[in-house]
Amino acid sequence: MSNPKPLDKNQKLDIEEILENLEDYRPPRKGWTWRVKPEGGVDMGPFHYRDMSEPLKQSIGLPASKYFDNIDPQPAPVVTSEIASGRFEDDIRRMRMAAWHGADHLMVIRHTGQSHIDGLMEGTPEGVGGVPITRKQIRASRKAIDMIEDEVGRPINFHSYVSGVAGPEVAVLFAEEGINGAHQDPQYNVLYRNINMYRSFVDAAEAKHVMTEGGIFQIDGAHNANATAKAGWLVMPELLVQHGINCAYSLASGMPKELIGLSTVPPNSPPAPKLWYDLPYAVALRDFFSDFKMRAQQNTRYIESDIEEATRTHVIDTLISMLTSADIQSTITPDEGRNVPWHYNNIRGIQTVKQTWAGLDGINELVSLKMDGPLGEMSRDIRERAVAFLEEIIEVGGYFAAVEKGFFVDSAQYPERSGDGIARDGDGGVAANSIVKRDADYMAPVCGHFGNNNLPEGTESACEPIGGCTLCHPELIAYIDELDTEDSVAKRMEATYPYRKGNLIRPEVEWAGDGVVLLQMMIPDNEDYAREAGLEVARRMGLKDPQVINLMVLHPAEGCFLEVKGKVDFDVDRTTLKIPEKVELLPEEELREAVKKTTLTVVAGTVGEDEHSVGLREILDIKHGGIEKYGVKYHYLGTSVPVDKMIDAAIETGANAILISTIISHNNVHRQQMTKLAELATEKGIRDKVVLIAGGTQVTPEMAAETGMDSTFGRGTKGNQVVDAIVKAMRARNLL
Amino acid sequence: MTDERIIQFEQRHEVLKELSDAELKDRFWELCNQVVEPIVDLARTHTSPSIERSVLLRMGIDSQSALGVVDRIHQAGLLGKGAGHVLLRLSEKRGGNVREAAAAILEDKEVLDGLFDEVQA
Repeated sequence: MSNPKPLDKNQKLDIEEILENLEDYRPPRKGWTWRVKPEGGVDMGPFHYRDMSEPLKQSIGLPASKYFDNIDPQPAPVVTSEIASGRFEDDIRRMRMAAWHGADHLMVIRHTGQSHIDGLMEGTPEGVGGVPITRKQIRASRKAIDMIEDEVGRPINFHSYVSGVAGPEVAVLFAEEGINGAHQDPQYNVLYRNINMYRSFVDAAEAKHVMTEGGIFQIDGAHNANATAKAGWLVMPELLVQHGINCAYSLASGMPKELIGLSTVPPNSPPAPKLWYDLPYAVALRDFFSDFKMRAQQNTRYIESDIEEATRTHVIDTLISMLTSADIQSTITPDEGRNVPWHYNNIRGIQTVKQTWAGLDGINELVSLKMDGPLGEMSRDIRERAVAFLEEIIEVGGYFAAVEKGFFVDSAQYPERSGDGIARDGDGGVAANSIVKRDADYMAPVCGHFGNNNLPEGTESACEPIGGCTLCHPELIAYIDELDTEDSVAKRMEATYPYRKGNLIRPEVEWAGDGVVLLQMMIPDNEDYAREAGLEVARRMGLKDPQVINLMVLHPAEGCFLEVKGKVDFDVDRTTLKIPEKVELLPEEELREAVKKTTLTVVAGTVGEDEHSVGLREILDIKHGGIEKYGVKYHYLGTSVPVDKMIDAAIETGANAILISTIISHNNVHRQQMTKLAELATEKGIRDKVVLIAGGTQVTPEMAAETGMDSTFGRGTKGNQVVDAIVKAMRARNLL
Repeated sequence: MTDERIIQFEQRHEVLKELSDAELKDRFWELCNQVVEPIVDLARTHTSPSIERSVLLRMGIDSQSALGVVDRIHQAGLLGKGAGHVLLRLSEKRGGNVREAAAAILEDKEVLDGLFDEVQA
């Protein structure tokens, strides 16, 4: 799919390398890609899935997937993750993480204020609340994404915004650079960005036409109405109208239906009875807009600081998508209400969709919506109100007149009015009076141009008079590298070099080396004291600039749960870290086979004057996933067993291994027991026939060598590790 | 005013409730198309500085030059001809390609003087 060398999953992205030779980089692929959903479902592990797409080549499954052969079923719709730290060089690392968890629609939020810049930005300046969209930035990101899609084995849709006062230019940039999806909705510019309404619509027709030329999938901006209105669930009739206007305008601009998507959000949130609002709305929308694609977004309107609350709402949002339909399921990072999204919260958002979709796979074959009741009636009511809304728009003189009268984003349910709608003046707003009438001989000798175009007679393609345009001949694209070398990626990367390629490690949530960490704690005091105590705890732990970013009252007097973020201002030197040696366990099936082959038998007991038995029982019993689960037969001799008894029992039963547990460790009694066991085994002539294993809370893997054991285990050991050690030791001595 | 609108809505509703689901949907799209029709006409017959800059980008002019060139063409009252048209005509008049024509406009805005006169004559 792409020309740079394949990524190695054990190596970080090399940002410097990505930035090399950008002036010559061309995207290998253009246009939007849907997931492939095999007819007849997908079989994975022991399960059959009905509404899943093809799995990835490499990915990371849900935490519980380790119990299910590590399967990672991928939902049928495209899954979106929104990424917006303000530095693309950090965002592309997050994109890779998101792709590995199942995102194939990466949406880059633009720098705040870019929509009012009349022209394109260039270079790689740092952004606020998003990334300044420039050719260099998107080309570098596209290049990284091309490498990432090869790594995971699925095309990834790269997305940003064709909005603002420079929409047509941004659309051309995106079509040239292989951007696959974009928001484009002239109503958004008018209502939320106060861009002159005539300019916004005239520009939009051109932008949409260019997007069509580049195969760019379009998402509208209607969902902003329920994020803006005071009671988001009351604006549902208007939402249908806004979607309808953008769809009709897009079609009239020459965009095919397949490229037109609705951005729709279930508008309500618990403790409201969400389903009674959101389901009729979803049904109404899918009735009127059955020819268009649905981009189901999750609700952000009521998200504040509690990320678990956000996640729970997002599960219900996803359920609504599944009960109705979604071509794209977007995810919202659950921390969006409290900070610029952090790396791992993008992953959490994706996991919410992945987990819900897998858990509820094929739900529509098990349950169906009951349309002959309140659901059908409520859905019909929304649709009738929407049609009446449109009739009134026409009656007052059309769309522009309706905007001037404040028809839109009024927080009451149509036809009621609160009078708080957003009204715009046709002569006002950014870039007012900037449209110009085309003369009779107007000409634009390029492809993807909309409207009157007086090309020379006999011209076959629009760009023929100039000998080709950039959409046909990408080598003509004029590439600008940097305008301000001080505010550039090269400068920022100098500062982060030690964290990316050097040996220094510092925690991060957003940018390389940002040092941000999060503390969670319960403070047994009231809200006021809990807050101050939390800050004090963070300060004394050495965190800089601590801030309480979430506080949940557990009880007015008994206490609060709080989350405090802060920064560490030190680095950890990677070369000073000691990584414990990892034991690669044999596969479960192989262990079972080996156990069966020798009818593996062990004797076990707690040795010395020691009455502890819990740890050893967990290693033995099937209930705790102990060695019994693998078919090992064991003779448990109890607690406080003398070491010679263990040896005698082993001889008597013909055991292959002796397992001793020794918890008490004062005066090094645990070491002495182990050494004694090894010596006695040698004395009795069975050392080369039995495997000796010791465990206990104060025992470490290093003790095996010094005490003469075959293996020694500490706290948290599982049965499979013990069986693995026995089998390996026996194999080494050709006993197996 | 609001009362009047609500009465009007009730009247509209009386008609709408008689429509089948399919008829209601048809009515919705008929009205949407009616709303956008005059706007599409406006777009077909008008242009803007951003549209013209987007044309120049497609002609291989870099974004920063496009800003200056479209500004000058606008000042010369020639935006209604199309900025691409202006560059094409200038390149034909002076020789060289459209990118050289763009550079010429940035260097000397007088190159635009009288560019379309002969056509009008």
